[in-house]
Amino acid sequence: MKAHLLYRGADFDVLADLSGHSDDLIQDLELTTVLRAMAAGDKFLYQISARVILTSLTEPGAIRYRQQVLADCIAQPDIIRQMYSLAVAALEDKRRVWGYWPSQRPTSILSGAVSQLEVLVSRLHDLRQVADDHLAKFSSDGLVTLLRSLQQDLDDEYFDTLSAHLKQLRFRNGELLSMQLGQDNSGVNYVLRSGSSRRRWKERIGLESRSVYSFSIASRDDAGAQVLEDMASRGINLVANAAAQSADHLSSYYTMLRSELAFYVGCLNLHDQLSARGQPVAFPDPYPASPAVFACEDLRDTSLALRRENVIGNEVDANGKPLVIVTGANSGGKSTFLRSIGLSRLMMQAGMFVTARSLRASTCPQVFTHFIREEDPAMISGRLDEELSRMSGIASEITPHSMILFNESFAATNELEGSEIGRQVVNALLEADISVFFVTHQFDFADSFRRLQPDTTLFLRAPRQADGKRTYKLTVADPLPTSYGQDIYYRIGGWLGEGRDPAASG
Amino acid sequence: MAGLSDQRDPAAVSDLNFDQIVEAVARDHEQRDMITALLCQQVRDPATICYRQEVFRDLQDLSLFQAAVEFAEQMRQVRVHLDQLRKMSSGRQREGWFLDAAAIYCDAIRSLAVSLEGQTITSRGLTAFRDYLAGYIASSEFDRLCKDAADRKSDLAAITYQVRIKGLRVEVSRHDDEPDYSAEIQKTFERFRQGAVQDYQVQYRIWPGMTHVGAQIAELVARLYTEEFTALTAYCREHAGFADMVIRRFDRELQFYLAYLDYIRPLLAAGLAFCYPDLAAGSKDVFARDTFDLALAAKLISQGKPVVINQFHLAEPERVIVVSGPNQGGKTTFARTFGQLHRLACTGCPVPGSAARLYVYDQMFTHFEREEDLDDLTGKLEGDLLRIQKALLAATSDSIVIMNEIFTSTTVADARFLGEKVLAKVIELDLLCIYVTFIDELASVGPTVVSMTSTIVPGNPAERTYKVVRKPADGLAYALALAGKHGVTYPRLKERLGP
Repeated sequence: MKAHLLYRGADFDVLADLSGHSDDLIQDLELTTVLRAMAAGDKFLYQISARVILTSLTEPGAIRYRQQVLADCIAQPDIIRQMYSLAVAALEDKRRVWGYWPSQRPTSILSGAVSQLEVLVSRLHDLRQVADDHLAKFSSDGLVTLLRSLQQDLDDEYFDTLSAHLKQLRFRNGELLSMQLGQDNSGVNYVLRSGSSRRRWKERIGLESRSVYSFSIASRDDAGAQVLEDMASRGINLVANAAAQSADHLSSYYTMLRSELAFYVGCLNLHDQLSARGQPVAFPDPYPASPAVFACEDLRDTSLALRRENVIGNEVDANGKPLVIVTGANSGGKSTFLRSIGLSRLMMQAGMFVTARSLRASTCPQVFTHFIREEDPAMISGRLDEELSRMSGIASEITPHSMILFNESFAATNELEGSEIGRQVVNALLEADISVFFVTHQFDFADSFRRLQPDTTLFLRAPRQADGKRTYKLTVADPLPTSYGQDIYYRIGGWLGEGRDPAASG
Repeated sequence: MAGLSDQRDPAAVSDLNFDQIVEAVARDHEQRDMITALLCQQVRDPATICYRQEVFRDLQDLSLFQAAVEFAEQMRQVRVHLDQLRKMSSGRQREGWFLDAAAIYCDAIRSLAVSLEGQTITSRGLTAFRDYLAGYIASSEFDRLCKDAADRKSDLAAITYQVRIKGLRVEVSRHDDEPDYSAEIQKTFERFRQGAVQDYQVQYRIWPGMTHVGAQIAELVARLYTEEFTALTAYCREHAGFADMVIRRFDRELQFYLAYLDYIRPLLAAGLAFCYPDLAAGSKDVFARDTFDLALAAKLISQGKPVVINQFHLAEPERVIVVSGPNQGGKTTFARTFGQLHRLACTGCPVPGSAARLYVYDQMFTHFEREEDLDDLTGKLEGDLLRIQKALLAATSDSIVIMNEIFTSTTVADARFLGEKVLAKVIELDLLCIYVTFIDELASVGPTVVSMTSTIVPGNPAERTYKVVRKPADGLAYALALAGKHGVTYPRLKERLGP
């Protein structure tokens, strides 16, 4: 039995390896904020959502398959949440009853397995009921197929068979054995004894009378019985093993169902939060990888939209522009813009909605980020070395039509050298059909593309208002040879007690 | 305590990787909190530092160190045993554990006393303890503790008993040499064996602690062996609270010394030098020879890699070292070394280097690049400047400032402007400062500023020596050579990304 809500006709592999670049994406794109909103406190939702988002779809058709399921979910959120709760509840029920594990005593494995089978089977009835009640309300291929299969595979006859087996698996245990305890005040050095030679002992000891002290465990003393069971029979391995494996199969079905639904529940949680904050939400329009398409209206950084009021969106039309260079004021929203580009692309390729009025974009095999980083805590590298090493790692993985986002890269050296490295890297990437977004303060770097490749480069600028306050909406504008460090120094009052320098603010 | 202040400023500690040192020294030691506190405390009283340095010097003798480690380990076992007692509900079990704890304690004390007698000890701390220990061992109380423990132990070791389980009924009797039944079973079925099978066998486990069933069994064993158990009960009553207070306190404080010495031992074995710095109060003529970044060195040594050593010195009126030069050349490491040495010196611990004179500072300020924080919408540069402003306004002429590549996310013009502003304040305050920068003009802003640069292997610009030496800034940077080394220049990328 399968769910196939994430891939048409295929399983969701929750254990597949993620790209080596995933950690960078999480960190650089502030993915954690989005994932927390999706999780709404549920660690499992967090993990599954992370995995789905970091395993991008690249076929527009596959993306639309999920978009349709998600649209169904948004239209009927209560039913989806109910199904998810059923799967969670079944697994919870299982956890509440006495468990079993391979190194346990066989008697415990058996009784644990039977108890678990009982609770797991009972939730199957509820699941069938959901399918019976609500199938007609859905239209997406994914959900319709799932509910139909529940009706077919869990028919009444099958339920009869299950309950017969559960009765048969009761087991009576009457084995006895004797043990010897070694020295020390609690027992050690246990050895199983045959208990058949009492006479020999009496003969050898002769005159000394044999002292035997005894006690009995109360019939309601479960812990005591458990201790004795530790010393008792282990003769029922095979039945216990089969029952345990069946319980494992059944709980893995619920785990699968829970995983497939988890992503959509996460999307519902995110949708709720964004709606409550009045953020625009739209299903993006996915295009094939080539030719490169990118246009958006009111595109916002989803992560920021979850944390701030008054988030400003950007309009960008970069069709025919494989290189987008963003320059301008510090604190001007450049990094936020870059994150909105990366996040929206990942969300689109996960089949999700994005925070925008509209978004049209090519799918790309992979998204890469190359952001300025804190000094390597492992101290292996200096800063530029670390940046170049990360760039080299990306170059080993990146393929044509991928997208890469640079944030203040190659700035760990002086401006002329940093610009030169940047130019060489970017030109090689562009010639390999990779689209590049580059946030930089290095005027020399940005300006050289204005001079040499004006037709294929889009220049955006974070503007600065006359009073020195920043806005966060980018405009199409060429780079400027200015810097703002002096402004900030004087605005915060410096540290030399010289006050505001009129010459610097003019 | 007077003269102490906690230097656990998290940012500064992490900038210097001092947190790695503290973590590696304190590890999962029982006295982890005390060790951490002592390493993070800044002692400004030279007498206290000197007292600790003496103890360290004594313990640097290998055989004394080993004896101390052995003693500490045995005392730890004693504590673990005694801690267990509180969790035990069975009196018989408690008595067994108590006896074991006492026996270990006796052994620990006697072994340590023997080791201390055979050593030359010069520190005030250890000498006083040795004298105390001699008196303690000679006491009749200690003698009885030891002798009785040995007797009780041998009594109990001679006992073997037998348990029979029938449903919910348990019988306990003296052992009567019944044959091993599992061996009989194995022998019976051995003939059916075809080959390897999956193992469903459950290992016999001794459950942690004693269950109420186990306790009942133990009670019955005690009834079978009345004489031995009565003597045991009497022992436990007589010697309750056997551990001496002074010895326990000594053992606790010893942990700090042992933990640090244990941490630096592999480094000493690799030929690196440690010394006790001269802390001539008031002199800013600091220097260190053959020194190194302790956190980095510990890591390199554990990987079998060589450690690069460096020197620095400042002579009147010099106060500021501007470090420039090629990237990945050891500049950051050099800056950390300077900070670590000063922090360590204030704990009484030996510091990396063959000789050193260091300054007893009041506050240390560090500023290394931080990751961009989404919450900080005022922007990275403004955040940097606000932190620097706060530090420089709080600094006094007794402070130390260590800054590393702070303005890299802005333009060269800004970096130069702001670097000059920082150094102007540093010079005005006359404080000790390490300033790591790419802007090499900053190395020549005044007579109190000294230039040091990272260096390369002549003829191979991508290779670094990790040596930082005192010489004028030469404006060389080797970024493109480095890019070539990583295969990310244009021609190399064309090859790598090509079809």
